Amino acid sequence: MEMDARPTKVGVLSCSGESEAEGTITRNAVRLVMEKYKPGLVVSLCLPLYLAGDGGERDFAKKVPVITVDGCEKSCARLATEKYSGEVESYLDVRDLLKQWDVTDKLSRSHPGKLEEELTERVAQQIVKLVDHLIEEGKVDIGGEG
Amino acid sequence: MVEQTNSKKVYVIPCSGIGKPTASVGREAVYRVIEDKRPECADTICLGLLTLGDEETAAKVRNSDVITIDGCAKDCASKNVEASGKPPIISHRVHDYLKEHRDLKPETVLDIGEPGKKLAEVIAEDIAEEIDQLQGKDTDHREGE
Repeated sequence: MEMDARPTKVGVLSCSGESEAEGTITRNAVRLVMEKYKPGLVVSLCLPLYLAGDGGERDFAKKVPVITVDGCEKSCARLATEKYSGEVESYLDVRDLLKQWDVTDKLSRSHPGKLEEELTERVAQQIVKLVDHLIEEGKVDIGGEG
Repeated sequence: MVEQTNSKKVYVIPCSGIGKPTASVGREAVYRVIEDKRPECADTICLGLLTLGDEETAAKVRNSDVITIDGCAKDCASKNVEASGKPPIISHRVHDYLKEHRDLKPETVLDIGEPGKKLAEVIAEDIAEEIDQLQGKDTDHREGE
């Protein structure tokens, strides 16, 4: 990430993950952070815009510090960011997190229930920790707030 | 009676939109098709994986009929499928459906609400029929009949 002034936003990119339940948890967790926990601070980008977009999207990680959140070990969000945009500040692998949390239940990609919602909340909290860490490190200018 | 003449799977791929409720409608429509309406002959892939150049995913796209559904005018699903080597056989935009069903405006990204679910159902019905046609099936049937 190369920039003159400190950025005022944090980019959080989720994998698309349509075919996996962890992908749904990932997308929803990122939205939860954007809407509920860090509104106005966290911005995101649709991952395939890197290829389909007009080029401006590829500068994303050069303009803001980026955290990627992937549903599985294929790490599409992290690898796509590194390929098209630049280094990521930190990343999460939700499938790995679920293993750490001993979650063995079958999860739904299409009809998230109570368990999926709880896990989405937990993943969102993990993202919030990473965002707060960037703030503590002084990598984001939040204007003296927070 | 349904006669199947083409047993290859049809891949139904939504855009990966995270910023607009219309993208969530597209995803909901896809899940309705591949899990409820045509689970035996339709599936999806992660668009991000295709975008990244995963060969196994790209081969699925090249060797099958693909229907895309995009949530905005950037057409990420359609463009990324085409970039992988073969254009989608049918491309949809949620906005085109919304123009015809203005009362079915989805609510938010995380919760498209009842109007959004109804819009997804309209799209899913169309796609299910398209899959039947692609597979040479009699399209004069509906779920529950």
